[in-house]
Amino acid sequence: MAMFDKILIANRGEIALRVQRACRELGIRTVAVHSEADREAKYVKLADESVCIGPAPSGQSYLNVPAVISAAEVTDAQAIHPGYGFLSENADFAERVEQSGFVFIGPRAETIRLMGDKVSAKDAMRKAGVPCVPGSDGALPDDPAEIIKIAKHIGYPVIIKAAGGGGGRGMRVVHTEAALLTSVNMTKAEAQAAFNNPVVYMEKYLEKPRHIEIQVLADQHGNAVFLGERDCSMQRRHQKVIEEAPAPLLNARLRDKIGERCAEACRKIKYRGAGTFEFLYENNEFYFIEMNTRLQVEHTVTEMITGIDLVQQQIFVAAGEKLKFRQKDIQLRGHAIECRLNAEDPYSFVPSPGKIKTFHMPGGPGVRIDTHAYAGYTVPPHYDSMIGKLITYGDTRDQAIARMRIALSEMMIDGINTNIPLHAELMADAAFHLGGTSIHYLEQKLGIYNK
Amino acid sequence: MDLRKLKKLIDLVEESGISELELTEDGEKVRISRNFTSSAPVQQYAPMQYSNAPQYAAPAAAAPAAIEAPAVEEGHAVKSPMVGTFYRSPSPDAKAFVEVGDTVAVGDTLCIVEAMKLLNEIESDKAGVIKKILVDNGQAIEYGEPLFIIG
Repeated sequence: MAMFDKILIANRGEIALRVQRACRELGIRTVAVHSEADREAKYVKLADESVCIGPAPSGQSYLNVPAVISAAEVTDAQAIHPGYGFLSENADFAERVEQSGFVFIGPRAETIRLMGDKVSAKDAMRKAGVPCVPGSDGALPDDPAEIIKIAKHIGYPVIIKAAGGGGGRGMRVVHTEAALLTSVNMTKAEAQAAFNNPVVYMEKYLEKPRHIEIQVLADQHGNAVFLGERDCSMQRRHQKVIEEAPAPLLNARLRDKIGERCAEACRKIKYRGAGTFEFLYENNEFYFIEMNTRLQVEHTVTEMITGIDLVQQQIFVAAGEKLKFRQKDIQLRGHAIECRLNAEDPYSFVPSPGKIKTFHMPGGPGVRIDTHAYAGYTVPPHYDSMIGKLITYGDTRDQAIARMRIALSEMMIDGINTNIPLHAELMADAAFHLGGTSIHYLEQKLGIYNK
Repeated sequence: MDLRKLKKLIDLVEESGISELELTEDGEKVRISRNFTSSAPVQQYAPMQYSNAPQYAAPAAAAPAAIEAPAVEEGHAVKSPMVGTFYRSPSPDAKAFVEVGDTVAVGDTLCIVEAMKLLNEIESDKAGVIKKILVDNGQAIEYGEPLFIIG
């Protein structure tokens, strides 16, 4: 298959601009689809063609499958890049795109489906030799003796989870066998009351895990590589705030071992394109939680330390090309940190849409800005609050942090609230400097602050 | 002619509202005329706006074509509820649904928008007379694009 002539970018905001830049560099024409609220977007104005696909609400625009595919039809695009979020992990969308005669820049629909179901994903990973969070592998039986046996096998502390729960609800941590049966019964009763479903299961509870993920890339010729790891432990309410690569204080050999397992899993499931295996990491052990079958927000830090343009690689793979590098060709150099810039109050996290009056970006060696915003741009209230990403690179982690601190101090965004003050505080945080903070660290720190 | 004198003449023309000056002196003739009508000849660069950016801007202006032709006509604009291809008639050799001057009622079919191999009939949301048809048969249209003006 020859390289594409025209790609439709089915997304918005900073990632639409990112994909557009990759296309323009390759001489590929771009079609920007947009809602009525995004008419003045920078990438819409820079695109070769633009098509309004619906009113502001995502459901009628960016999530509107017929509208997106129609836009590809009327512009004669050849491929569709879904970005992240929206339809990027919608297997039905991927299927319809290909049925309509376009190339979906991402994995095959069946792979998306396999990884979208968290139970089947874990199954597939276990079969592929990727370690998972140990658990009861299904609903807990009623027999108390069995329950005790399962917990013993997993090892305390364990966490009892309601099958119908989620988002932190319907969970109970158990530290000793003495408290086990009572806890299970209480969780079952609560689950019945809250979700009308008393089914519970058990998993090993990780008390201070870090979130470490592996970036992979696979072509349609059976080749797969991993491109190092990222540490995304700095989170609030399961939203990543800061990401970095490589993960600090991580044994390189351990990383290479888990990375190779992920690459092997890709070969086994015939993965296509870019993807990320997410793990919880504690006491030198990796535990698979899920796979993201798309490009991620934080792909940037991996790009900085590998020198590889991941969006272009996605396009090459989709066009049928072989990966131009082998695992041994992938060198990790230096350290990169990313701060997600959100239009929100830095401490109450209340969203802050509106018109940006002043927009002054930093610069200098090792500083990268990925943003679609500009002075005079109005941040619409209909979508998520991320308006850009500030990324710094250094030969060492300390240099990357120093550059980030300086860049944050130079940055000025007026007219809306942003979380720049929070990032500045985190760059000065002692625990962050040491590295290796757990996924609970930020919320604990903010909890103390709010008191 | 003295260069300084020439320069003074040029400045004079520039500063004043004169568009052309011809001066004859000692058998030498000078004619100075201004080409631009703008009263601020010093403005040479258009302010940097994204709409003026590189060659890509040209096709972008062509694609959402109807936006260039402002629907400032008096009347109600019927806008497309979807992305697709606009057709005036139910099939290639059939008569167009409506022509300029036709009277339509609410609910009357005005055109077809084809999307994903499906033909969708677009109905009028206003009663009145078709004043203008803003797009061509077979043209690609986007969501919200004005199609008809009904007065």
